[in-house]
Amino acid sequence: MTLRSRISSRRSSSDMTFIDKLSRVSWGYVFIILLLAAIGFTVLFSASNSSMDPYVSRQIPRFLVGLAVMFVVMMVDIRFLMKFAFPVYFSALILLVAVHFFGQTGMGAQRWLNLKFFLLQPSELMRIALPLVLARIFHSASLSDSKSSLFLIFPACLIAAPLFLVLKQPDLGTALLMVFSSAVIFFMAGVQIWKFALVGISGLLSLPIVWHFLHDYQKNRVLTFLDPERDPLGAGYHIIQSKITLGSGGVFGKGFLKGTQSHLNFLPEKHTDFIFTVLAEEWGMMGSVCLLALYVLLIAYGLWIATRTTHYFGRFLAVGLTMNIFFYVFINISMVMGLVPVVGVPLPLISYGGTSLVTLMLTFGLLQNVWIHRDVPIGRKNPYDDFI
Amino acid sequence: MIRDSDRQKVFQSRLFLLVIFQAVLFTVLLCRLYYLQVMQASKYQRLADKNRISTRLIPPVRGLIYDRYGRQIAVNMQNFRVSVIAEQTSGRLLQTLQTLGQLIVLSDADIQRVLIDAKRHKSFLPIMIKENLTWEEMALVQLNAPDLPGVFVEEDLSRQYPYMDILAHVMGYVSFVSENDLRGKSDAVLEIPGFKIGKSGLEAFYEKALRGIAGTRNLEVNVVGRVVREIDAQDGLRGEDLHLTIDLDLQKHIIELMGTHTGSAVVMDIETGDILAMVSAPSFDPNLFTQGILVDDWNALLTDEKAPLNNKVISGQYSPGSTFKMIVALAALESKAVTRDEKVTCHGSISFTRGSRPLHCWKRAGHGPIAMKEAIEESCDIYFYEIARRTGVDKITEMARRFGVGEPTGIDLLGERSGLLPTRRWKEFFYQSPWMQGDTINIGIGQGYLLMTPLQLTVMTARIANFGKAIKPHLLKKRGGESVVYPEPEQISVSKSDFKLMHDAMYGVVNHVKGTAYNSRTVVRGKRVAGKTGTTQVRTISMQEREAGLIKQEDLPWRLRDHALFTGFAPAENPKYAITVVIEHGGGAATIAAPVATSIMTEVLLKYPERDKTEVLP
Repeated sequence: MTLRSRISSRRSSSDMTFIDKLSRVSWGYVFIILLLAAIGFTVLFSASNSSMDPYVSRQIPRFLVGLAVMFVVMMVDIRFLMKFAFPVYFSALILLVAVHFFGQTGMGAQRWLNLKFFLLQPSELMRIALPLVLARIFHSASLSDSKSSLFLIFPACLIAAPLFLVLKQPDLGTALLMVFSSAVIFFMAGVQIWKFALVGISGLLSLPIVWHFLHDYQKNRVLTFLDPERDPLGAGYHIIQSKITLGSGGVFGKGFLKGTQSHLNFLPEKHTDFIFTVLAEEWGMMGSVCLLALYVLLIAYGLWIATRTTHYFGRFLAVGLTMNIFFYVFINISMVMGLVPVVGVPLPLISYGGTSLVTLMLTFGLLQNVWIHRDVPIGRKNPYDDFI
Repeated sequence: MIRDSDRQKVFQSRLFLLVIFQAVLFTVLLCRLYYLQVMQASKYQRLADKNRISTRLIPPVRGLIYDRYGRQIAVNMQNFRVSVIAEQTSGRLLQTLQTLGQLIVLSDADIQRVLIDAKRHKSFLPIMIKENLTWEEMALVQLNAPDLPGVFVEEDLSRQYPYMDILAHVMGYVSFVSENDLRGKSDAVLEIPGFKIGKSGLEAFYEKALRGIAGTRNLEVNVVGRVVREIDAQDGLRGEDLHLTIDLDLQKHIIELMGTHTGSAVVMDIETGDILAMVSAPSFDPNLFTQGILVDDWNALLTDEKAPLNNKVISGQYSPGSTFKMIVALAALESKAVTRDEKVTCHGSISFTRGSRPLHCWKRAGHGPIAMKEAIEESCDIYFYEIARRTGVDKITEMARRFGVGEPTGIDLLGERSGLLPTRRWKEFFYQSPWMQGDTINIGIGQGYLLMTPLQLTVMTARIANFGKAIKPHLLKKRGGESVVYPEPEQISVSKSDFKLMHDAMYGVVNHVKGTAYNSRTVVRGKRVAGKTGTTQVRTISMQEREAGLIKQEDLPWRLRDHALFTGFAPAENPKYAITVVIEHGGGAATIAAPVATSIMTEVLLKYPERDKTEVLP
């Protein structure tokens, strides 16, 4: 595409009316989201022993709220988002610090801020803010900037700060995912591969030190992962039961509402982290593969958005957020199948959980936003510049 | 711009790498999924079932035991047990128990125990309140069920022996499964709480047949073990009923005749091997054991010097004394050491080697010249010393073996002793010293190392009485409704005329004037009893005591007085039944054992009329 044709095909945001934007919404994408949510409600229903209460009846309104959030975010001008990338980031950072001092502890971690009406999890906010701000930085940078280690210090610090705070909560799962998503954006921006290798190797070398700093329960989790049988009634119980539940589903599953492991309560955490096993038990490998296929579609869509977007902000954002979803799916399902140690990572749109649902819908909103605004010219320095 | 297109290229290529990366990871997921859900599916299905299916056993009904005439001697009685499930009492467990206490006898200790148990266990598990409720109590509880939420009555079966101590040793008893019983056995039925198995006697010997097979119920349970539903159930198999050869009336009669004596008596059919009666006195009440015996009762039984728990018929080992003389005689005849008419002179004492201590006949004055038949009738020791010396121990022991001496009879009871038939080699091995002539002579009068049980004596006599059929004793007539078939006995190779001589001699013991049991003679419808008396010095059952050597009579405390034995058969002319009676510390056999024996045989002859070859006892 020549520069000329590009300019002629672009439309500035002021040209796009609300209707215009609506017409550019990827309804296929929305459909997949709705389908996944519906599957989620169904599985949750079964996991609640054929009851709407208390999980399904709470999840549905939250999903609807999420849908609303998604639409709002979709419609906002993308340059507006870019402009507020840093403020959003720093707000999230401040909230993370607040959690550290005023946070409410639950499940052995200090993750929430009690805001009377609902519990806010700032780490979730940071999940959005970090890719946003990194995309902003790399959009304005050039390829040579990406190759310069000096330049990379600032974005690295932006990652390090929340990482440190999240690790202190302690929330190893979210921290790891933050690192992975950020690394993806770095990767796509052209950072040299040897630098990744360096970080990777130094990470491996620092494992013994890291081990020392791990909490006992985290150590336990790793050890149990390596050998679930060593504590079959304690820490290993989750994984052993999860594998039994999964495996006993066979190819065709035991049938809807007929999962014995989940209905007889042998499987713990079946509404949240281990929800995939409920699906696997009742719908078998057929069902599991179908679900995976849907996720693949979702992710493929996200990456497709990245290729079709003309500006790098959108591209980086799209890739970063899509990979975020990918990692959540991959790690949850691997954990459930005993391939990685147990970390509390929910399955997108299926697991019960309000905060992660809203964050997800925010993510989808942002992705749709990028898609809608894929042809909007965004300036290097100033977003509102009409040239690239 | 160049930079831009470079950037573009980088972006595109790296996106491609990213896609590959994701594809690889997804493939890993799929492979793992396949592994778990297809390749290992059956393993996990099995584990899932193991989680949720709990198999409960339904204890089988134990087989009953009947006597010869169909009277029930071991039965299963209903045992009513009242239990409570705490979570069904709507939180009012104590009040419910107190209400119950107004209907049945309930001690404070019982109530406390239930409350403590309720705290310890899950609230949906039943806790036993009281067992062995009477019918009235059970009915009261059932009637007042609305006021007793969570309380329910269960019916259990427990073993009872209506005739108490009459057949205690034969029947044995059942009691709780012990650690010992579990060793080496993997039968899950034994793990049912409160399950009872046979511990002694026939209850133990035929445990497997009597027990039957447990039924199973497959229950679906959730993770805390609460039963959700029953999946299926399989019926078990009721235990086999046993019909014994024992005649309960005869048994009762014998016990009466034994009175306060300590000892044993056994009556056997010489043609079939049926044991009509087996008595060991004193006896005990097996019902004491069925619900778990109290410590005091147990100690009393254990320390009683008359050993009521021992079945003396099969585990009492005694020197047969003069009752062994028939064997010696047969051995002597066969080896031609003596002829039936040859006379040996009894002077009342004899010295076999110069300077050794003389051996005496019980008749100090001596019997004078005496042949075999009279020697048996009058039980002359000198005669038998002599012919034993002539025959030699090897021939005697070989003959004895044909009549089952030194071997267990194979009766269907546990704890049978095999007695002792001493041989040269045995003595050399056990005592590290050679067999002496003195040993042989002692064997001649049934003393020395020789040991026999009353049952072995009976078998020996039976084989003499039935002209050499190597009959074996048994207690079982029918099992599970089918008659038990016993193999045909082999024939002992002793000449018929020799047997006849024994019959005549034993007839004379009881019915001739000079016979040692003359005073006990009896006639029933023209039929008489034949037999042999024996008085033996006491030997304890353990072998170690033998090493001290023979004990002088005068040195013995009163409780080591002689035992009195009698073994015989009736009717004398047409033998059908054999009997042995042993009275411990009875002193003279003729005065004690023989009369008891002949009284028993009177009863037998009265009850069982002569039968020809075709008639079979009921």
